[in-house]
Amino acid sequence: MEPMMELKNVGFSYHSVAGETPALSNIDLVVQKGDFLAVVGPSGCGKSTLLSLLAGLLEPERGSIFLSGKKMTRAGAGAIGYMLQHDHLFEWRTIEKNVLLGLEIQDKLTPEARERVFDMLKAYGLYKFRKAKPSQLSGGMRQRAALIRTLALSPELLLLDEPFSALDYQTRLTVGDDIGKIIRKEGKTAVLVTHDLSEAISLSSRVLILSRRPATVKRVIPIGFPMEKSALERRNCPEFSDYFNEIWKELDENE
Amino acid sequence: MNEPSAAQQRFLLARKRRKRAVAAGRLCIFLAFLALWEGAAQTGLIDSFIFSSPSQVVRCAYAMAMDGSLFSHIGITLFETLASFALVIVSALAAAILLWFHEGLSETLEPYLVVLNSLPKSALAPLLIVWLGATYRTIIVTGMSVAIFGSILGLYASFRSVDPEKAKLIYTLGGTRRHVLSKVVLPSNIPYLFSVMKVNIGLCLVGVIIGEFISSRKGLGYLIIYGSQVFKLDWVIMSIAILCVLACGLYGLIAQLEKRYARRLS
Repeated sequence: MEPMMELKNVGFSYHSVAGETPALSNIDLVVQKGDFLAVVGPSGCGKSTLLSLLAGLLEPERGSIFLSGKKMTRAGAGAIGYMLQHDHLFEWRTIEKNVLLGLEIQDKLTPEARERVFDMLKAYGLYKFRKAKPSQLSGGMRQRAALIRTLALSPELLLLDEPFSALDYQTRLTVGDDIGKIIRKEGKTAVLVTHDLSEAISLSSRVLILSRRPATVKRVIPIGFPMEKSALERRNCPEFSDYFNEIWKELDENE
Repeated sequence: MNEPSAAQQRFLLARKRRKRAVAAGRLCIFLAFLALWEGAAQTGLIDSFIFSSPSQVVRCAYAMAMDGSLFSHIGITLFETLASFALVIVSALAAAILLWFHEGLSETLEPYLVVLNSLPKSALAPLLIVWLGATYRTIIVTGMSVAIFGSILGLYASFRSVDPEKAKLIYTLGGTRRHVLSKVVLPSNIPYLFSVMKVNIGLCLVGVIIGEFISSRKGLGYLIIYGSQVFKLDWVIMSIAILCVLACGLYGLIAQLEKRYARRLS
């Protein structure tokens, strides 16, 4: 079967007058359909750059990226959903208008699409807040609304760029759990970038460890929890700390 | 709804009293000023030929209102101000959008805009009148010249300060730069646009009066300059008083619109 996404020998550098900063070098990576890949690494190692490349927001300087076997183009990026660190819900729009933003931009605001989004709002407890302003919602609700905004475009692949880092710890655990469930329920493939190792282990099926800048793939560790276990339940499994220690050691050797 | 507590009621009452006291104080200052002025003119403490007096101004305004000339003077000044204000807002928005779309262009034009903005615009007025002729159109352009460059620079700077992550969001949803403009940059800058409008309405009025000073047969600016030349100080002071009211009224109108917009948001 064709992998959902494949990176071959991808490299990327940032340029400024002061000089060139290599961010990624020789990244090889395969994401299969249904995968939940978590990317961890030392801070500033180029995790977000990797995600921007996967999303088609940046073009690789070296190597190539394939999406379902075809070379990635800006136009092909429509099949990819991207969730940013902050929810960026627009205060001048209601929740309903916010979650429909993507459909509005892509001119796909059909009655069926609207119906589908409303079903998601209902399923994830936001329907009665659809006429509310973002500031009237809690952090967790806002993040769920942001996810629905991303899912409204029915992306095959979801990219999550530390989507919980702006939340307080307690909200973070429940929202992480929620969003993990939603993604699994909708049968999406996902790539999560995070600096929180527990989050990576509790949500993903594989953890990819990047080295220091310029980042290369250091190791990929498969996480063998049964699929039906939720993120919160996973945190209580005895294997959880084994995975944690293994990844921690791997990151530590980076220093 | 619960009855507010006694302490809360006391607080509200004190607040109301204070508000009333401030309003009364303001009114007293105004009335005292008028009384002092009138009294000084009546008793000959000041020369009412030079300083005029409230009663003389009112009589003059009444006479001019009767023959209709007052309204045509106010009308023309108001029309010129509103026209230049509308043109400034529309063209400054258009220019800021153009600059935002083409970074190379804005980088190239920046020094010119900065120079034009820091130039005292009243220096341009005589030139404009020679070039464009002594018509109301020239006066509208003079009004525009005072406000436009600052508005372009301000709007453009505010457009650029939009959170790049919000722009990134639009791109991740498959949008283009055009969408960033229409979905993020413009809506998030509406509050700033209101503050630009509040500044500009006053600036346009200044520009229009300068224009009328230099060349016109009509308008409050003409009344002021002509009145001072023929020692009809009643005209001058009446026109200044009307300008005060006009400026407040126009500003208040925009403040009202802004309030209504803010209410719609919350």
